[in-house]
Amino acid sequence: MKYLCLVYVEEQILNAFPSEKRRSISDEAMSYCEKLQKAGQLLAASPLHPVETATTVRVREGKTTTTDGPFAETKEQLGGFLMIDVPDLNDAIRIAAQFPAARFGSVEVRPMKELGCAD
Amino acid sequence: MDSDALTAAHAKVDAIYRDESRQVLATLIRLLGDFDAAEEALQEAFAVAMEQWPRDGIPSNPRAWLVSTGRFKAIDGMRRRARYDASLNELTKHIENTTSEPLVEHEDEHIEDDRLRLIFTCCHPALAEEAQLAMTLREVCNLTTEEIARAFLTKPATMAQRIVRAKTKIRDARIPYEVPLPSELPERLDSVLRVVYLVFNEGYSASSGASLTRADLSGEAIRLGRLLLQLLPEPEVIGLLALVLLHESRRPARAAANGDLVLLEQQDRSLWNQDLIREGISLVERALASKRIGPYTLQAAIAAVHAEAPNAKETDWAQIVALYDLLMRADPSPIIELNRAVAVAMRDGPAKGLELVNALLERGELAQYHLAHATRADFCQRLGKFADARASYQRALALAKQEPERRFLEKRLNELND
Repeated sequence: MKYLCLVYVEEQILNAFPSEKRRSISDEAMSYCEKLQKAGQLLAASPLHPVETATTVRVREGKTTTTDGPFAETKEQLGGFLMIDVPDLNDAIRIAAQFPAARFGSVEVRPMKELGCAD
Repeated sequence: MDSDALTAAHAKVDAIYRDESRQVLATLIRLLGDFDAAEEALQEAFAVAMEQWPRDGIPSNPRAWLVSTGRFKAIDGMRRRARYDASLNELTKHIENTTSEPLVEHEDEHIEDDRLRLIFTCCHPALAEEAQLAMTLREVCNLTTEEIARAFLTKPATMAQRIVRAKTKIRDARIPYEVPLPSELPERLDSVLRVVYLVFNEGYSASSGASLTRADLSGEAIRLGRLLLQLLPEPEVIGLLALVLLHESRRPARAAANGDLVLLEQQDRSLWNQDLIREGISLVERALASKRIGPYTLQAAIAAVHAEAPNAKETDWAQIVALYDLLMRADPSPIIELNRAVAVAMRDGPAKGLELVNALLERGELAQYHLAHATRADFCQRLGKFADARASYQRALALAKQEPERRFLEKRLNELND
């Protein structure tokens, strides 16, 4: 089963960390992802540029509107994602809980729909 | 077969349904991997039993018979549907392969595990708390959706939707049907114990409305607690069962004939159920002996001290305060602090209690909690500060939702005015 783990972090909290701490968190995240990849559990993962770089696109009655900023203004912003492939939600929760950002942000775990499957 | 014999045979099937249906369901969910398919298979298996057992006699192991009949019916149904929907073919084959293991009596341990699997799945923290309650009462306790809705004062349609959503999440997010790993057991058990506790409380003191007690829900919680103890004798499971039994023991004394609330202090202790007290106290002792003492065990120990006291005055308040101190360390909360303040007032006098409650109210967390104001009012009254007492009773009354509690507060307020 594939799950998309959406990592939400309050950018202010992250920015308030001293730079060595930011680096060590980033290193930890990288080596954790490597470990998951070696175990065959990680399909893709990436941090995202800050939310100021976000652009939202909508098409209504054929007309495209492009606006600056994220889909919704929230206290915590989408900061990155992991796409994993594991047997069930308990495994996904275990993986999410060990991701460093879970300690100061939140990880939303979403099961992915598999096209062409009976369910 | 004459009609009397037939009636007797049907009664026997009914009794087996009552005793075994949840265990059969729990195993069928594991074998079929789906709650709805298992529920349907269970009904079909009992329909076949109703027809065959009166004629051919009851099989030596009815549970195993029901599981294999249910499984057979489910696979048969899937094969029929697969003729019209090719995508079901693979699934049917998969289920046939994974469920071809023989079901014999020495598998009982496996089957006990299925009941735990069912409990842990219904109480999975990925489900909302209200969904956990509904799923547990529906799937583990076998209450109907209508019964659960009535108990929680909601519409049956709302409750049905809650259950459907929970099952959808279990299926689509793939919440596994398993007993948690030892490393995850404490957190996962917490969520199960909380469900049992909430079901009990909902039955013991309705959160709103006219009826103060709904004994049937408390009864379900006690049955759940006993089942859990049998399946998983962890110290906090023992502690929680002790706690609910000791509270239940006071039920006959908790409400006056007119439905009015009677405080612990004024309860007629001769009405307390001594059998429940004996059982509760022996469970508390067992949980304390484990040396792994959690918040439920500490609350049960406090209830046990009350249960052993002949009246409020002769209660060992020093011991109760000491237990609250431990509880504050294990599970700090402003409600526990409020209860501790009451115990301190009993040990050291109302002035000490008032000091603690004032400090607690000033911090703001309990400002909207009617019992905090009622407690303050009581301390003020005992100290002769009648104007303060009146103001606090009025504040409590403005916040109280339950009819018996409101009547109680109005009565106290009227006494002050006399």
